[in-house]
Amino acid sequence: MNTVIAPALGLALAVDECTDPILELRGATKRFVRPLDAAARLANALGGSAKEEVVHAVDAVDLAIDPGEVVGLVGESGCGKSTLGRLAVGLLGLTSGQRWWRGRPLTALKPAAARAQQLKMQMIFQDPYASLNPRLRVMDIVGEAPLAHRLIGRKQQVEYVGLQLNRVGLDPTLMRRFPHQFSGGQRARIGIARALAVKPEFLVCDESMAALDVSIQAQVLNLFMDLRATLDLTYLFISHDLGVVEHISDRVMVMYLGRIVESGPTEALFTKPNHPYTMALLAEVGKVVPGKRAFIPIRGEVPSPLSPPGGCHFHPRCPYVMPVCHDVVPPLVAIAPGRRSACHLNAEATPR
Amino acid sequence: MSVPLLEVEGLRTHFFTKAGVVKAVDDVSFTVSKGEVLGLVGESGSGKTMIGYSIMGLIDPPGRIVSGRIVLGGRDLRALSPEALRQLRGNRIAMIFQDPMMTLNPVLRIDVQMVETILAHESLPRAAAMERSRAALVRVGIPSPDERLSAYPHQFSGGMRQRVAIAIALLNNPDLIIADEPTTALDVTIQGQILYEMQKLTRETGAAMIWVTHDLAVVAGLADRVCVMYAGRIVEEGTVADVIERPVHPYTQGLLDSVPSRTARGVRLKPIQGMAPSLADLPLGCAFRDRCGRSIDACLGAPETRMVGDLSRGRAVRCHNPLPPVAVLE
Ligand SMILES: Nc1ncnc2c1ncn2[C@@H]1O[C@H](COP(=O)(O)OP(=O)(O)OP(=O)(O)O)[C@@H](O)[C@H]1O
Ligand SMILES: Nc1ncnc2c1ncn2[C@@H]1O[C@H](COP(=O)(O)OP(=O)(O)OP(=O)(O)O)[C@@H](O)[C@H]1O
Ligand code: SF4
Ligand SMILES: [Mg+2]
Ligand SMILES: [Mg+2]
Repeated sequence: MNTVIAPALGLALAVDECTDPILELRGATKRFVRPLDAAARLANALGGSAKEEVVHAVDAVDLAIDPGEVVGLVGESGCGKSTLGRLAVGLLGLTSGQRWWRGRPLTALKPAAARAQQLKMQMIFQDPYASLNPRLRVMDIVGEAPLAHRLIGRKQQVEYVGLQLNRVGLDPTLMRRFPHQFSGGQRARIGIARALAVKPEFLVCDESMAALDVSIQAQVLNLFMDLRATLDLTYLFISHDLGVVEHISDRVMVMYLGRIVESGPTEALFTKPNHPYTMALLAEVGKVVPGKRAFIPIRGEVPSPLSPPGGCHFHPRCPYVMPVCHDVVPPLVAIAPGRRSACHLNAEATPR
Repeated sequence: MSVPLLEVEGLRTHFFTKAGVVKAVDDVSFTVSKGEVLGLVGESGSGKTMIGYSIMGLIDPPGRIVSGRIVLGGRDLRALSPEALRQLRGNRIAMIFQDPMMTLNPVLRIDVQMVETILAHESLPRAAAMERSRAALVRVGIPSPDERLSAYPHQFSGGMRQRVAIAIALLNNPDLIIADEPTTALDVTIQGQILYEMQKLTRETGAAMIWVTHDLAVVAGLADRVCVMYAGRIVEEGTVADVIERPVHPYTQGLLDSVPSRTARGVRLKPIQGMAPSLADLPLGCAFRDRCGRSIDACLGAPETRMVGDLSRGRAVRCHNPLPPVAVLE
């Protein structure tokens, strides 16, 4: 990449202001290398010069989540939300950067201790249809992990699974059924019960609403909020749906092509977005208010993460673009208490 | 209101499956006038797409239009020969699908597909057809159209592909466009672009549009009138302002209460309890009965569609116990 890294203006402030975070990522980076296909390898053998493609799915992200907090993560498709979620729970390894759990770097733990910590972080997946093994009964889908980790014995399985199902509002008498015998909303609940069965403290909910009807989605959202209160859970909540994120989150982070471009308390961020990308995103969130409105589009396509634009990734689409935006990566800096934004306009003129 | 462009009356489209008769569309009536945008909303599986397919003549076995009239500009579409209907499709009526690849052929260049579409309905010199294709791409906001014309569908991003599909649907200036959730799979900023183009195009050409969606916010900002569907039936109809601000059907009310952005942050939502019934095994009477907080004994019988309030505004509800405040005229 031919971008110049900005002077480390924001670095001192790099970690969010949380005092005692439950989970922390520092400079989290994930690169995926797409290996050459057979044709390209053959071409290379004959003197071609095809290179492996590298995707910077997550690019030096700092993230700190307080116990009990709900942090929303929004951004367009392919910007790296799921990858960041997987990094946070440890389903993917970091290319570089660090992961801390309750004030301790996770790399410092012995394997057994690390596995125990690992259970405390669970992910609830994007698609309730694809994420449940169709050949397993609900009883085993939910009971598998607690059994494997010896949280319960075989004899307790029925009772334990029944408890988990009750908690998510499913009838325990249905536990001998298979996933295809349930509706989308019920399947979402099964996925939630499975994650809760290992007594996690931190959940990454990856777009678990996307496949649901609004009326069912509302039931599941309520469930998430109830569980948060009764079980003291901490969430990283990933979604395309800004309405959902606004509803459930205490704090929101906005991602664009692998980087966090803005973060702040939900209300402040939604009422007064700072970053031009956040502004564009919010302008598109329709309210359910009758009256024809003029849809004002933001220009341009979402660029390919394989070759993101230099400088500020957003500059080709930004209505306020300046020469500096082409070459220099804007640092994510504090713009108000609890708020950060990565835009050169903030250095240009004082408060906006 | 003048004579409507499209008149659908008593439409029933059923699927005859091993598991029973799926009443995907069951006694549906509505009209669309020239230049009007009609929003069609409702739960997944409620029959929205099948209404579009019925109008387009795209229902395949085991499905069949069992009864009803579909009249476009005075012509009864159900009485037309398959050939005459094919002529009408892509010419007077066009459908835009959720998945643009329903419209696009992956192995043909864009220019070939566009020119073929024009020449199928009109005899025109190739060069003129090419020029019109190019103009259509410009119209939907595709940059460098000349290069794009010679590209294949896979060389486009999802948003671009959908715009090409829209450009193709609009090539022959149809009188009626049926848009079936064309922006649902797209990113919000791209969705904004497409809504903008569609709004502009209908304004410019005066085409009528049926916009199918889950997204009440989009309907609120785009449509003139809305039909709300539940289990194969239209349960409420009216102007956007009436339906969204003063819903009278309990299902519409429930749908609106389920949208997070309407309520304060962190406040519990008021979702509709339970889930939609199977269309192959509908309960007797009102299909919403089991989930409805307002059901009364009468709901064991099927409700008829009744006009509500000011008749001139075409407000109708299919419910035995609709919400106040609007009085029901018998
Ligand atoms: N295992 C992988 N191998 C190669 N590339 C990957 C892999 N997983 C993700 N990517 C790429 O990394 C980028 C970020 O993907 P990610 O799934 O995190 O996006 P996302 O924000 O969750 O998108 P969506 O909203 O569509 O779910 C994308 O360009 C994607 O193609
Ligand atoms: N070929 C078929 N055989 C049997 N049933 C069918 C067939 N095609 C559609 N259906 C049924 O018709 C009903 C209406 O389907 P339709 O696609 O119109 O729903 P929809 O309102 O468009 O839903 P969505 O919002 O999910 O797109 C569904 O219950 C569906 O299962
Ligand atoms: S840094 Fe420049 S290009 Fe990026 S959002 Fe700010 S003004 Fe726009
Ligand atoms: Mg994702
Ligand atoms: Mg549909």
